[in-house]
Amino acid sequence: MLSYAILIACGLICSALALNAWRLIIGPTTPDRIIAVDTMYINSIALIILLGLYQGSASYYEGALLIALLGFVSTSAFCKYLLRGDIIE
Amino acid sequence: MTVFLEVIVSVLVVLGAIVMLIGSIGLAKFPDYFTRLHAPTKASTLGVACILIASMIFFSVKIGHVDFKELLISMFLLITAPVAAHMLAKAGLHYKVKMKDSTQNQHLAKKAYLHQNPNEK
Repeated sequence: MLSYAILIACGLICSALALNAWRLIIGPTTPDRIIAVDTMYINSIALIILLGLYQGSASYYEGALLIALLGFVSTSAFCKYLLRGDIIE
Repeated sequence: MTVFLEVIVSVLVVLGAIVMLIGSIGLAKFPDYFTRLHAPTKASTLGVACILIASMIFFSVKIGHVDFKELLISMFLLITAPVAAHMLAKAGLHYKVKMKDSTQNQHLAKKAYLHQNPNEK
């Protein structure tokens, strides 16, 4: 039963990723594209955790933590670039 | 793994995925930058928290003792998601994104923009 639930959840999250990619492509302004990338980071964390559940190994957790860290850092770097025109002042 | 725990883990996984899909649908369908900002920052955090709690229960039963490693990711996401949303809202104000006429509290947005850039009129 758990494997079926994980497959259903994978399908739902992959369609969520497709919607985010659509917003990333058509997004009328640059901040819209930044939100799309940020949401894609969060969705891929969930996808990696689901892969770890499916295979029954707890070693995917470190990868998920790395993705969470880099996602926040990259979002703030993009925002700084829009606000100041420069990443490191 | 007993059937009861398996049902709980499955329900949490599917619920989290549904919440994340709702957030992404909001991101794709809402008409305006600030409404689009509102959708994923709430829904995605709740969805990831559901999936991480499911993973925590699963590995705690599998290993045999309680393991709080996954809690670290959810705490990190819960702390950083509002900060990222605040920075995105500031960037949108600075970028002067278009708002629809039906978006409420536009005078507050104007005031915040003037507070950020005091040199402009």
